[in-house]
Amino acid sequence: MPSSTTHATSSIFNPALVRPAIGSALAKLDPRVQLRNPVMFVVWVVSVLTTMLAVAGFAGKGEAGGYSPTLVLVIAVWLWFTVLFANFAEAMAEGRGKAQAASLRKSKRDVQAKKVQGPRVEGRGPSGCQTALVSGATLRKGDIVLVQAGDPIPGDGEVIEGVASVNESAVTGESAPVIREAGGDRSSVVGGTQVLSDWLIVRIASDPGSSFLDRMIEMVEGAKRQKTPNEIALDILLAALTITFLLACATLLPYSIYAVMQAKAADAASTAQPITVTVLVALLVCLIPTTIGGLLSAIRIAGMDRLVQANVIATSGRAVEAAGDVDVLLLDKTGTITFGNRMASAFHAVDGTTAEQLADAAQLSSLADETPEGRSIVVLAKQKYNIRERDMHALGFDGKPASFVPFTANTRMSGVDLPLSTQYPQGRQIRKGSADAIEAYVSRMGGTPSVQAREIVNEVSKRGSTPLVVADGKGKTLGVIELKDIVKGGIAERFAELRRMGIKTVMITGDNPVTAAAIAAEAGVDDFLAQATPEAKLKLIREYQQGGRLVAMTGDGTNDAPALAQADVAVAMNSGTQAAKEAGNMVDLDSNPTKLIEIVRIGKQLLMTRGSLTTFSIANDVAKYFAIIPAAFMSTYPALGALNIMRLNPATAILSSVIFNALIIVVLIPLALRGVKYRPVEASRLLGHNLLVYGVGGLLVPFVGIKVIDVLVNLLPVWN
Amino acid sequence: MNDPTTALVPAPTLAAITGSGVLQLLIYLAVLLALVKPLGWFMARVLEGKAGEAPLGLGRALGWLERGIYALGGVRTDGERRPVETGWKPYAAGILIFNAIGFIAVYALQRLQHVLPANPAGLGAVEARSAFNTAVSFATNTNWQGYGGETTMSYLTQMLGLGVQNFLSAATGIAVLAALIRGLARKSSSTIGNCWVDLTRSTLYILLPLSAVLALALVSQGVVQTFRGPQEVALAVPLSTADGAVVTTQTIPLGPAASQIAIKQLGTNGGGFFNVNSAHPLENPTALSDFLQVLAILVIPAALCWTFGEMVRDRRQGWAVLAAMLAIFVPLLFATYALEAGGNPRVQAIVGVDGESATAPDALIGNMEGKEARFGIAGSARWAATTTAASNGSVNSMHDSYTPLGGLVPMWLMQLGEVVFGGVGSGLYGMLMFVIVAVFVAGLMVGRAPEYLGKKIEPFEMKMAMVCVLVPCAIVLVGTAVAVLIPEGYTTSNPGPHGFSQILYAFSSAGNNNGSAFAGLTANTPFYNIALGLAMWFSRFWIIVPVLAVAGSLAAKRVSPTTSGTLPTHTPVFVLMLVAVVVIVGALTFVPALALGPVVEHLQLVGK
Repeated sequence: MPSSTTHATSSIFNPALVRPAIGSALAKLDPRVQLRNPVMFVVWVVSVLTTMLAVAGFAGKGEAGGYSPTLVLVIAVWLWFTVLFANFAEAMAEGRGKAQAASLRKSKRDVQAKKVQGPRVEGRGPSGCQTALVSGATLRKGDIVLVQAGDPIPGDGEVIEGVASVNESAVTGESAPVIREAGGDRSSVVGGTQVLSDWLIVRIASDPGSSFLDRMIEMVEGAKRQKTPNEIALDILLAALTITFLLACATLLPYSIYAVMQAKAADAASTAQPITVTVLVALLVCLIPTTIGGLLSAIRIAGMDRLVQANVIATSGRAVEAAGDVDVLLLDKTGTITFGNRMASAFHAVDGTTAEQLADAAQLSSLADETPEGRSIVVLAKQKYNIRERDMHALGFDGKPASFVPFTANTRMSGVDLPLSTQYPQGRQIRKGSADAIEAYVSRMGGTPSVQAREIVNEVSKRGSTPLVVADGKGKTLGVIELKDIVKGGIAERFAELRRMGIKTVMITGDNPVTAAAIAAEAGVDDFLAQATPEAKLKLIREYQQGGRLVAMTGDGTNDAPALAQADVAVAMNSGTQAAKEAGNMVDLDSNPTKLIEIVRIGKQLLMTRGSLTTFSIANDVAKYFAIIPAAFMSTYPALGALNIMRLNPATAILSSVIFNALIIVVLIPLALRGVKYRPVEASRLLGHNLLVYGVGGLLVPFVGIKVIDVLVNLLPVWN
Repeated sequence: MNDPTTALVPAPTLAAITGSGVLQLLIYLAVLLALVKPLGWFMARVLEGKAGEAPLGLGRALGWLERGIYALGGVRTDGERRPVETGWKPYAAGILIFNAIGFIAVYALQRLQHVLPANPAGLGAVEARSAFNTAVSFATNTNWQGYGGETTMSYLTQMLGLGVQNFLSAATGIAVLAALIRGLARKSSSTIGNCWVDLTRSTLYILLPLSAVLALALVSQGVVQTFRGPQEVALAVPLSTADGAVVTTQTIPLGPAASQIAIKQLGTNGGGFFNVNSAHPLENPTALSDFLQVLAILVIPAALCWTFGEMVRDRRQGWAVLAAMLAIFVPLLFATYALEAGGNPRVQAIVGVDGESATAPDALIGNMEGKEARFGIAGSARWAATTTAASNGSVNSMHDSYTPLGGLVPMWLMQLGEVVFGGVGSGLYGMLMFVIVAVFVAGLMVGRAPEYLGKKIEPFEMKMAMVCVLVPCAIVLVGTAVAVLIPEGYTTSNPGPHGFSQILYAFSSAGNNNGSAFAGLTANTPFYNIALGLAMWFSRFWIIVPVLAVAGSLAAKRVSPTTSGTLPTHTPVFVLMLVAVVVIVGALTFVPALALGPVVEHLQLVGK
């Protein structure tokens, strides 16, 4: 993921992002925008109110016993800052996505497409069809286009003919070209990418405006603002808390009037004054959860952005949150848990042949075998017995070349035929293949199938490896090559990590149960599904879901599509088929199946950031009471001064609290954008840790913060 | 503030805390906890049992009665004698209708008592607004009393109206709780129980037997139980009044008190038979009767936590909720004792000035104002904390006379929403609403979509839980605000912050269905009768309906299996989280109001 690292390390307050964000923050003062967020809307309303009070004050009609108009104005300004800072946080989060969207949009510029007209002769490529130049925007689902070297691909679609290298850097950020070809799992192409060589005939799969690129732009811009159920629940909590504090503050006015009345009744000379609206409003804004309220949308946008930076495109925020909750992870064995190919790991010689002789024969038979298995045999022979690689041509003799016998599905063997030579007066034939095929070959050559080889074949199978039997043209069985599925390094640790997160891993493989069990044990997965068919996968997912679990899976093939559609979190590989991409709710541009772990982490981070900042926001209120209550009732009940444990200047204590309340939003923007760090430990320990940091921290920080601000504010002597 | 004694005010002291006082509190807690498991087990059996069956032979003794009630009321049962269950809406409708009928019955009895029998004192009909207030009060398990029992209510009204409601309002709490627990315990279910069955069984098998036992025990201590009218007796030593008249006799009120007091405590009702409630020598004569009554106040709410754990098949969950309640209750219990034992610094100073030696430690006196000598400071503080932690509201001392902070504790315990034990059933279902809030925030903090007992907490549950948290807060704050703005509200016995505390206390009590009175406030006025009546009604049923809605919504959900990523809700960390949510919501909502009442009163008392 080269692109993600550059994004992540760039400074959060990058001037290129900050400048437009400031403008956008001002534009968001529009009350219609504010109405979407009940907490900040309350702040907006009281900011207007306080501004009006300040204006009234300057006109000589200020509140009785209230602050000077200047101080009211300063409080009003800081209340406006509270709104602006929240807007700024959101704009910052959006800004990062917008930059990305802009570059995506560039690749979306209108292109000319070669639309295939009339009948097409299949299998003849460009020469089999007649094309007309049309605008890419006019293409509809089902249209067929020809794309030749240098042409941009005009829309999402499926390759129906041809093979070509395609530059997909516009969407993946990966500059190395990829191969796209008809049939198989690499048949989908994305609009806005470019064919570099050869040609493709593509059937367009989406109408204008709903293409993959469109979805991606929508997603990074945060244009789709649908709240997830979890966000709605949090909104309810925050709204209820806001109402509670609204009541607590609003009823304080009658309480204060009563207290003043009582004080005046007791002492006619009392100078007690009811609490002013300015102070009540300041108290209210300090108490309602502005910190989380102001950062909530920034957290969501940043969460989606982190996903984009991990090169994953999600179709909805809901899918991202669901990722944090995944209980079961279905992983394909091949390519995810093991390397895609099996590798030779041992030579087992039989019937008197030495291991060296077997290795020599195996190497000879594999020299021209360009499959990864074949290459691994040559490599192993060199590593173990120092048998150097020979040149196929040098094995020829007297003008007669050595001939390679390729593997066919029919013979299920491959091998080599060496011509008569001084070394091999009778020539030499070597074959390697499956046990059954070689047994048949040995019998045909007049030999007897080796009993020892049969035993070894069984043992090797039990270990989860694949046996290849080697025999020569004389009907003699030389031995068995053991091909092993190599489990990726570090994968067992990742699964252990997942287990600590509470996620169960299930390996999906087409192997037989014996092989599957052996690999499952080595990789450390919790369970496996052997001889998996699309139906079996679908059934397994449904079973888990019936048990109340949330299932995630990755897939790329068309036959994965039903299972992807059923899974709660379905990540399709970008290299996969169009069907898979449409069935999934996320697409991984890197086509990396272990990316799911990253996605789970991002989902959890999103929730954790929300929860931690909510806790922090509420915990802050305790200190604010100690700052504001003594100052607010100074004239009525001087005794309450005992609660002024921060020793704030009563004239500025309220202003200092409001300033703290506004600044803390800015201070926490980096945390909101980066997200709270997730560590895969037990939930209870994680809660304890976060309660300590954000709960206890949230209790203490404002005591220090408000005190410091009050000291600074009092450096300006104008307040007293 | 110009009092010459202020200069001599000594710092508050804890020196009057005694070993025996502390021991009284500890023994109380130990006995209470010992009863949690057996009673909790018993109640779980009752709430999960089939029609006509109950443990400890009660099914054999009373099963015919239960079945008879169902036959009479038309409750249908299936082939296995399990009553037909309903969803939350019919359940809630049943509860509302049942309580509305109860309200009407109590109102009618009061208004007609002068023409009905069992009225030996010949008391007249109760005034309409007072009757409204009392009817609401007893239908909502609040038992706020604006009247004096012995001078207002006939024996028939006491027994058939108030006594019956003592049972039925408590049974309502247990029934609603049982429905909520079933909602949590069941998987993909459309029903949460049958409200008539829950009401019948909790009355018949839980409240009736326990009350019978307690009533007999109280009678043994000298609590009266008779239909005889008030008795005129000669005073041992004649008194002379200020105008010189000599008084030789006094009127001793009597009545069927013991039976009503038993359920008054067990059902967290708290409405006294006599005006001074459990401070009255015929309502609470001895130290043992005091212990039994204060124990009865908390025993069902505490044991229901165990019942909850048992019914959701995870006892640790019940212990965790109980631990959270204790974590709030125990410190406040000891704080009340310490604050009262510390006494009033100004009284202490006067004792010193008078030369009665304030220097010797044994001369340090706690605050005995408003307390009965036979209960002492520890016994009174124990009762004050218990009666307000539970939504009982009975008193054995006058909270109005407590030190400002000593009086703050009971007030704040009510303001927490009556979830620290709280009312029978209602305390725990209220607490479970706080659990939903705590689980939500805690779940987010560990990166999981929040769930409790495998049930996902979604916007609907959150909305209902927040209604339950918000309604009492709003009623208390707004009610107090209205009362201090209009002259009708100024019926306080003290000016200044203490008068404000009296009003705040009244609305805290009514708005949380406690019924405890601070005393000092004259509440039998048209304004308070109506305002507090409405407060009690809304705070009861605006919580019950959302709670049942949550029960219905949870019952329909699937249960997610537990993994190591699931947040366990039985751990100390979660208990801490729950305590923090309850305390912080309670504190943040009421700190400004409390600052203008007891806090400033305290600061003025100790200030220079």
